[in-house]
Amino acid sequence: MTTTTLPPGKKTEPVSAPDKGITDRARSERKLGWLLAGPAFAVMLLVTAYPILQATYESLFDYRLTDPENRSFVGLTNYWVILTDSLWWESIGVTAFITLVTVAVELVLGFGLALVMVKALRALRPVLRAAILIPYAVITVVSAFAWQFAFDINSGFVNSWFTWLPGVAADTDWFGDRWTAILVICLAEIWKTTPFISLLLLAGLAQVPEVLQEAAKVDGATRWQRMWRVTIPNMKAAIMVALLFRTLDAFRVFDTIFIMTNGANGTESVSFLAYRQTIARLEIGLGSAVSVLLFLCVVAIAFSFIKLFKVDLAQARGE
Amino acid sequence: MPYAAGRPGPEKRATTIRPAARRTRGRPVAAAASLLVTAGTLVACGGDSGGASSLTWYINPDAGGQAEIAARCTEASEGRYTIETALLPRDAASQREQLIRRLAANDDSIDLMSLDPPFIPEFAQAGFLAPVPEDVAQRVTEDVVESAVEGSTWDDELVAIPFWANTQVLWYRKSVAEAAGLDMEEPVTWEQIVQAAEETGTLVGAQGARAESLTVWFNALIESAGGSIITDASPEDPAQIELGLDTEAGQRATEVMKMVAESEAAGAAFSTSNEDSSATGLESENGGFNVNYPFVYPRALGAVEAGTMDASVPEDYAAAIYPRVDEDEPAAPPYGGINLGVGAFSESPELAYEAAECIVSDENQAYYFVTNGNPASATSVYDDPEVLEAFPMAPVIRESLELAAPRPQTPYYNEISVGIQRSYHPPSGVDPGRTGERATELIKAVLAKEDLL
Repeated sequence: MTTTTLPPGKKTEPVSAPDKGITDRARSERKLGWLLAGPAFAVMLLVTAYPILQATYESLFDYRLTDPENRSFVGLTNYWVILTDSLWWESIGVTAFITLVTVAVELVLGFGLALVMVKALRALRPVLRAAILIPYAVITVVSAFAWQFAFDINSGFVNSWFTWLPGVAADTDWFGDRWTAILVICLAEIWKTTPFISLLLLAGLAQVPEVLQEAAKVDGATRWQRMWRVTIPNMKAAIMVALLFRTLDAFRVFDTIFIMTNGANGTESVSFLAYRQTIARLEIGLGSAVSVLLFLCVVAIAFSFIKLFKVDLAQARGE
Repeated sequence: MPYAAGRPGPEKRATTIRPAARRTRGRPVAAAASLLVTAGTLVACGGDSGGASSLTWYINPDAGGQAEIAARCTEASEGRYTIETALLPRDAASQREQLIRRLAANDDSIDLMSLDPPFIPEFAQAGFLAPVPEDVAQRVTEDVVESAVEGSTWDDELVAIPFWANTQVLWYRKSVAEAAGLDMEEPVTWEQIVQAAEETGTLVGAQGARAESLTVWFNALIESAGGSIITDASPEDPAQIELGLDTEAGQRATEVMKMVAESEAAGAAFSTSNEDSSATGLESENGGFNVNYPFVYPRALGAVEAGTMDASVPEDYAAAIYPRVDEDEPAAPPYGGINLGVGAFSESPELAYEAAECIVSDENQAYYFVTNGNPASATSVYDDPEVLEAFPMAPVIRESLELAAPRPQTPYYNEISVGIQRSYHPPSGVDPGRTGERATELIKAVLAKEDLL
């Protein structure tokens, strides 16, 4: 059995087509595009490129904030210190684990919520969408505190309400063990960001042509077959974009860990490691090097999504 | 250093508006708003303070005591200065981070700051504290407990003003000690209280969470065992700092830590227990013993007043000197509290020191002790009848302060403390034979910038 998608060729000519044979109209549209996007692009460069370059420069120095006079150039020594330290690799492992688990669960849950939003009665839709979006509107630190209080051994309700679940007892210290702490961190992250992924998937669902669904129905396809053979293949671009955005976001997890465990019991993420070196330890050089390595990880993730999984950001916009 | 009378405070500077901006065409609403703000500012500038210099005091969160003291000193200055308070983050480590980042950027809005003693050497070494005038130094160290003076000193020089001096005592339930047959008039050891708690099915509360409080506990244990975390501070070269973790005293401290954490009396959440949660343990039905700061007592009285606790609970409370590690060695309880630093970039350091002297006056320390539960550094306050009425255990606190041992004095305290937290957490997982050696290796490598933290 094959999947069903619309044939290519209906797309408008992309503005970024080769110069050769470009029409006057396309040229003027391109110019307008630059004029409209240019200022925002310049601001982005200023607020992102400048700190990245600054951090890259600082990472080549042995520089403590309270001792600027003894700042000295050390080349790539900071990178060597980081990459030969087991703590770095442990943090990479924790970060990758949290990223994989949260993004996978969020994708499934987010897809379910997007379907609910699409299928809901017209009158219910606005209320439903608002209700689903509420967690995303909550500040991460507030959400982390809320989840921490819920699972706290003294003040939390989880230990008294859920003792019927295997592994949950009145004296379960959720933050006293690595894996239970990571579980609560993941739950908080999933609750907070599933609405984001469901919004992106909702946009993808809206793009699936109704005509294909009807054709499949006429051909006798079951609901399940329509989902796997029609809906999902037609929103692949939206799924990949949602995955890319959330993976990049999840890899930089910080707030929830900071509030819940402060990095205790092996729950330190890479961002947390950067914070500890730069802000707590005041070693600007070493901390900048951790930040640069984190940046390179994020670039690698984005690159692999775009090149290996062939994510087409333009297609996700419906061009 | 000269100071400018009438220097505008942060609020005043923030609301300065250029005339040109107000004249912008087509913005009548903005212009009206600007005028309102300016008018409001002018009204705020006038009134009682007149031409008073505005001093900003960065305070740690408390029950409102420091804001009240600021108001009292403003009034007492008779218009020469006003003290405005700015709130720092909740925990000591975050307070340090915020102050250091501001001071590294030469922030002149910091006139006075409430500093946690172990971070004072770092501030002083970096040149972030204005020198204490000799006459001020003499006045503020008279009749002050030794540990508070020591905590304000770096490189044999007083660099901060002792304000309030905290110490941990052994809080216990009188009924539990009696049931266990423990004579609390005599010094007790950790073994004795753990045994008593196990016999009576109650809790021994300490701070096992991976936080600064763990270092506080470990420091008290190693000092009580006759050792020290740092044996040679080497202020010039951090890589040469000598540690006393891999010693007999370090091993003994680790043994006691493990014994407490592994005992039935430690409770399920020992590895995430901090000052607040261990105080909650003492308040609970299973409450037995808790090494903690004096706030435990007013906290319980407050709960009774709020109707959330039975009055019989705090009536059952009593305090004794911190437990000993070894029977024949006196305990070295933790020393904490807050000392006042004057910002090196303050435009009014002389006025700031004048204000600091007002803040630490005996009357204000007594007020702070009685209302906020923060013990005074001035010894005379402990004879104040009002203090003795509010804190019947004040003499124990005073004695504890005399015995207290400060945490390591070094500009690299953060590295040492976080290194200890990483190595000795969870407390039940420590190995008396190996942890000291591993912690020494880690901290040495971190100080030599060869390891991450």
